[in-house]
Amino acid sequence: MILVDTLVQGILLGGLYALFAAGLSLVFGIMRLVNLAHGDLIVFAAYLVLLGVSLLGLSPFVAALLAAPIMFVLGWLLQSAVLNRVLGKDILPPLLVTFGLSIAIQNGLLEAFSADSRRIPAGALEGASINLGIVTVGVMPLLTFASAIAVIVALNAIFYQTALGRAFRATSDDTVTAGLMGIEPKRIFAIATGLAMVVVTVAALYLGMRANFDPSVGPARLLYAFEAVIIGGLGSLWGTLAGGIIIGVAQTFGAAINPEWQILAGHIAFLLVLLVKPRGLFPRAVD
Amino acid sequence: MLLETRALTANYGQFRALFGVDVTVDAGECVAIIGANGAGKSTLMRSITGVLRNEPGMVLHRGESIGALSSAEVMKRGIAMVPEGRRLFPSLTVEENLLIGGQMRKAPGPWNLAAIYDLFPILRERRRNPGTALSGGQQQMVAIGRALMSNPELLLCDEISLGLAPVVIRDIYAALPKIREGGAAIVVVEQDIGKALAVADRVYCMMEGHVTLAAKAGDVTREAIHAAYFGEAA
Repeated sequence: MILVDTLVQGILLGGLYALFAAGLSLVFGIMRLVNLAHGDLIVFAAYLVLLGVSLLGLSPFVAALLAAPIMFVLGWLLQSAVLNRVLGKDILPPLLVTFGLSIAIQNGLLEAFSADSRRIPAGALEGASINLGIVTVGVMPLLTFASAIAVIVALNAIFYQTALGRAFRATSDDTVTAGLMGIEPKRIFAIATGLAMVVVTVAALYLGMRANFDPSVGPARLLYAFEAVIIGGLGSLWGTLAGGIIIGVAQTFGAAINPEWQILAGHIAFLLVLLVKPRGLFPRAVD
Repeated sequence: MLLETRALTANYGQFRALFGVDVTVDAGECVAIIGANGAGKSTLMRSITGVLRNEPGMVLHRGESIGALSSAEVMKRGIAMVPEGRRLFPSLTVEENLLIGGQMRKAPGPWNLAAIYDLFPILRERRRNPGTALSGGQQQMVAIGRALMSNPELLLCDEISLGLAPVVIRDIYAALPKIREGGAAIVVVEQDIGKALAVADRVYCMMEGHVTLAAKAGDVTREAIHAAYFGEAA
């Protein structure tokens, strides 16, 4: 019974990690850019949602709905004004720039909100749970997992059923030939980063409602996200969900054995997957 | 004049690939550009389509300089490219490869999915396949169809017969007159002189970054081509 409970909790936790990772996976899949500021952008968005809740008195979900377009525009500007200038054959410049951005965001948040840890109040949702017979699950983890599925379904729909998604995939395959088709790769990249920031807002909503956060927690979220993306296979969104679930399950089982083992177990699972399948579970055919 | 290059030069770093190339294409005509490997034919195509940028006044479309435009902007002016090596998008199906050719430029004209499938019926059967799962000849048909989907006024075909079986080349060249009937001017870049001369109104021969011959396809002699192609008397 405990075994099933641990497994279910782990899978649901994987939903949170998949949300952290989906934006990273999207951006990497389209422009081979690893955004080292991804975790800090999640924390930034969490503060944005918190502002909506505390200043405007909105529900966290409405606040996230308002934050999403703001984050889209910020992502668009970040890509157009900064990241597009450093994307190229050399992978080092974008890594350095996003690393610098990560530090800048952390310090900016520290200046604006202090180092105190905060939480987005979610009211009755926080303690609510559902009895499913064999196990009892929290409404919040369930909602997180459902949101992760919804985000991935929505991103896949955009990718495979729209003209924009076609342009995403074509640009990812071959930027020069995409240009010959009338597509401006830099514009596509800006839209992609904007979209990733909308996903980041969803991740931020649950990050902030489920646990305390402060300006310094971004890099750890980036690490989980990065591991989930690598386990899943770079660029595959369902693979990213699988990666998130593997880390989540490993962490809950690690914690069940000894609470100190929670984080370590997640990283060990990541290393094991890399040993067996260095390209991840669902690698893309072309890379 | 639909397209004109004036004293066009192009460099790859220190290496100069084009030395003052003058080429013209009129609306609706078919022009062949022949030459050996390394003659600068593909560089010329890259310069026209904005993959390589160049100085103002070197490449003119309807009298306006387009040398500073991105390849996307050049394409939106109605200049479509069938790139060397076909360059289909591996993540896209055959049909998606065709659709993406027309999604950024909606121009009136004869070409749409149905018309492309009528031109190359095999593509209709293979439309759900990944573009790169097709044979070389079929991939070439997709690349041509993809360029036509924007209803271009100028279609640039870079080495469309390279690496294909003779019977496949025949099928692909058989499509060119139908494309001309649709109103597009065509530039074919070829190493196969016979194929090029058979479809073209005019021919340019290039060697080592220079135009060594410009003539009407009907007037040109074997000896003149030999001299222009290899740089020696026959």
